Amino acid sequence: MAVQDLDVAAYCLRLGDDALVLAQRLCEWAARSPQLEEDVALMNLALDLLGQSRSLLTLAGEREGAGRDEDDLAFLRDEPDFVNAQLMELDNGDFGRTMARQLLVSAWSLPLWDALVTSTDPDLAAIAGKAVKEVAYHLDHARSWVVRLGDGTEESHRRMQAGLDEVWPYSFELFESDDLLQRLVERGVAADPAALQPIWLATVSEVVAEATLSLPETDWRPAGGRRGTHTEAFGYLLAELQHLHRSHPGVSW
Amino acid sequence: MVTTVEQVREVLASVHDPEIPVLTIDDLGVLRDVAVDGTHVTVTITPTYSGCPAMDEIRADIVTALAAAGLDDAEVRTELAPAWTTDWMSEDGRRKLREYGIAPPGELLLQIGRRPEISCPQCGSSDTEEMARFASTSCKSMWRCRACREPFDHFKAH
Repeated sequence: MAVQDLDVAAYCLRLGDDALVLAQRLCEWAARSPQLEEDVALMNLALDLLGQSRSLLTLAGEREGAGRDEDDLAFLRDEPDFVNAQLMELDNGDFGRTMARQLLVSAWSLPLWDALVTSTDPDLAAIAGKAVKEVAYHLDHARSWVVRLGDGTEESHRRMQAGLDEVWPYSFELFESDDLLQRLVERGVAADPAALQPIWLATVSEVVAEATLSLPETDWRPAGGRRGTHTEAFGYLLAELQHLHRSHPGVSW
Repeated sequence: MVTTVEQVREVLASVHDPEIPVLTIDDLGVLRDVAVDGTHVTVTITPTYSGCPAMDEIRADIVTALAAAGLDDAEVRTELAPAWTTDWMSEDGRRKLREYGIAPPGELLLQIGRRPEISCPQCGSSDTEEMARFASTSCKSMWRCRACREPFDHFKAH
């Protein structure tokens, strides 16, 4: 039943790593959120992302055909083997910065999954059919916080803008193309990143305007996550994620 | 003894959602298909949300219930497509939810920032407000009724 397809495996690994790493970051808010309801909300978002990641990493393993399952891929790869966008791994910072990242990511993943619903890979399309409905809620959640904090007090406005300014440069990586993506777009498997950018920018601009914030202007475009280059913060995240599994291989409850 | 699909469905009517015990997996729309080949039973289920932690338990409950009915040769398959939707929840399921104190799913959230109109499952008033978009599980949101002052969960349209 498993069909080997290394390009599809590599693409699923990127999307699976995006979801896994962002889920892990969001979990750092457990018991530290500004409100009890927000604790629950962030853990629900993380749970959705973790579920998406499990499906994607499982599919990546199947298409790779080397016998690796979701646990092997999540727990037994080192930093340079992870191909998530750097935006996902950035430190949470304050709540405003976390919500800025959440807005930029969700405004990208909604049109992404929407496009992948019609992917020519039926298993990827099936995962997309579920994910698109989940991230619609994620985008709505991020939007409401960015507006509330941006259009709030002088202090909340200042911090929301600062958070947006800090994470903004990392959004460019989401729209980069490369040989792998070009091949997969041609086959109708992957979403064309260039086609997602105008949709993303329209959503983000609308929210930013409603929040009385301004779109950051910068030429700095850090990237490299898709090739295994990561920020300093990533190693610490991975250590926490993998510590238990690596210390006690095969451990179960 | 010949195993029939009807027989299997009858057994599965005793398998409930562990998070919302008033609903069977059939009420919820999680049960997608039952196939019987001789004595071999294949049950196909679909997850509500990608990360729904109840799926493992549901899978185990199905196998246990079938084994208790003497159907040892059972297999549970998980299929993602077509993606589960709250539209698959039965009318009976919606009624049971309301009686249990959970407002059943309303309209699907199609536009960002739009709030669905939800009636209070306690007093029926439509004078309600959302307190939090996410609640005890991913599939619910937290609401309160301004008329009877009771808080309640709403099963989100999905």
